[in-house]
Amino acid sequence: MLQEVKEEMPLQEKKDIIICNNINKWFGKLHVLKNVSLTVKQGEVVVILGPSGSGKSTFIRTINGLEEIQKGEIYVDGINLSHDVADVEAIRKETGMVFQSFNLFPHMTILKNITLAPMWVRKWPKAKAEEIALNLLERVGIHDQAHKYPGQLSGGQQQRVAIARALAMQPKIMLFDEPTSALDPEMIKEVLDVMKELAKSGMTMLVVTHEMGFAREVADRIVFFDNGEIIETGTPTELFDNPKHERTKLFLSQIL
Amino acid sequence: MQTENKINPQMEMAPPAANIGVRGWLKENLFSSWINTLVTIIFATIIYFIVKGILTWIIYSADWQVVSSNFRLFFVGQYPLEQLWRIWLSLTIVTLLFGFTAGIWKGTVWKLTIFLSIVFLLITLLPFIPLSAKLWLVINIISLYLGYFFINKLPKNKVITVVGWFLSFPIILILINGFNLLAPVSTNLWGGLLLTILIAVVAIVVSFPLGVLLALGRISKLPVIRWFSIAYIELIRGIPLITVLFMAQLMVPLFLSEGIEINNVIRVMIGATMFSAAYVAENVRGGLQSINRGQFEAAKALGLNSVYTMAFIILPQALRAVIPAIVGQFIAMFKDTSLVAIVGLIDLLGIAKTIVANPDFLGKQMEVFLFIALIYWIFSYSMSFASRKLEESLGVGERY
Repeated sequence: MLQEVKEEMPLQEKKDIIICNNINKWFGKLHVLKNVSLTVKQGEVVVILGPSGSGKSTFIRTINGLEEIQKGEIYVDGINLSHDVADVEAIRKETGMVFQSFNLFPHMTILKNITLAPMWVRKWPKAKAEEIALNLLERVGIHDQAHKYPGQLSGGQQQRVAIARALAMQPKIMLFDEPTSALDPEMIKEVLDVMKELAKSGMTMLVVTHEMGFAREVADRIVFFDNGEIIETGTPTELFDNPKHERTKLFLSQIL
Repeated sequence: MQTENKINPQMEMAPPAANIGVRGWLKENLFSSWINTLVTIIFATIIYFIVKGILTWIIYSADWQVVSSNFRLFFVGQYPLEQLWRIWLSLTIVTLLFGFTAGIWKGTVWKLTIFLSIVFLLITLLPFIPLSAKLWLVINIISLYLGYFFINKLPKNKVITVVGWFLSFPIILILINGFNLLAPVSTNLWGGLLLTILIAVVAIVVSFPLGVLLALGRISKLPVIRWFSIAYIELIRGIPLITVLFMAQLMVPLFLSEGIEINNVIRVMIGATMFSAAYVAENVRGGLQSINRGQFEAAKALGLNSVYTMAFIILPQALRAVIPAIVGQFIAMFKDTSLVAIVGLIDLLGIAKTIVANPDFLGKQMEVFLFIALIYWIFSYSMSFASRKLEESLGVGERY
């Protein structure tokens, strides 16, 4: 049903939910993001590709303020990401993030992991938070593990919990930082399936990944990073079948 | 989406039987070669003579009368005999709360309850204990088990227990000191184990939150707080406890306006607390550093502010990681209370020294010091035992 909504309204007419204008970041003297500009529309799925150390992870982490930028500006859902703590926290309420190493809280049960932020940040009553948490666990296929601890789950299950935890805050945007890179091959699929389902439901997603199959199937747009710059963007067909830039061609020839 | 690996039940096997019995164990570990056999025999002989010597001395040569005739001195010092019921009542409050705690959380506290009641029972059975003391000891044993069995019949049992522990602090201080409600008992009459425990408990209970705050201060982004914490921690850690105790004696009065006098025991408590807090802070900081950066990031990404992040995510994990170090510090603090003798207080060790100096008990140092060593050991080992069990119970779900 949500798929249909997406068809009805072309992306061009939707509002811009993330706007990055010429952002720059340095680690010491190292210039890791060079004049990066990117606009993402609501409901759009953008996959970010690029070699290791190209700045793609750093870029995605600037959007919810985990990395500070030194130049340029970022707007998320109309809020300017400034140095003001209140703005940063407001943006973090609207963006969920999934990490390469899951980062679940090992001393809490799965259910507590998911309900903590809704109860303390959104101030929802416990019953509501738990109901939503259990629904989400059902959606990611592990509702029977709610009272276990993260250490008792497999990697793939942990990453699905991490996705549920991010979704529990009912964010408008989901950021994925190499969500399958730490997983065994047989567990990658179960996580990608959840992400595909999420994309179909109309969630705005920014995904850093090396899963080319996923990128080709799900992405509305692919952004290719190298050496701290965006050097090429396009639809999956344009970028995979007809890359324009030499660096993109080289990268694709090495991994495909 | 569930991926479960079903193992064929026939493929599963029990681990090979490792049952080789006592004889097998002995052969494997002690007599596996002629060199090992030789070493075993030599050390067995040495151990035999040491144990035999010690036991012979304890049972036949030692004169334990020095302990039995000074029994009360060891525990409460010069505390007036007619006011002794106040100490007993304080102890009863503690045992009742201990029983409550055991009833709710069971496990380790329950084991300690049993241990405590056995100790009380053994003391009750000693022939030289006066009747009133025996009566109080029996009351304490009853209150332990009464608390254990009845707390779960009460509504809001956890609230009652926690509030009870908090209230017990001032109530016991009022009971012991008297202030103006009861006949005042001057602090220079407090002594023995009573004084040791009072100083240690205050130092431990107060220094823990202070230490956590100092540790957080040391990693704070605010320069004033950070520099204050670093200066405090490094200053205190650079000074021996004896010096801190002297400074507390001499310097605390300087900070107070004239007319207000803080008594000797309180000053020592402040000194010991300040000292312990610096070490607790460094232990906690070690724990904070052991937490993966990803935990901070995940908490931030969920929109948790820094207070929530610390309270729910970081501190619970950091403190769990440093339980052994912190309890080690507490045990050290408990034993270090013996230094208060230097500033004129008569704690357990102080009492021991006075008794030894008494001409009636000439040459009985061995008995006296062995006895107080046993008391120190019982308390220290209980703490260490509790910490190990606490660690185990908090480790749930993490190692799997």
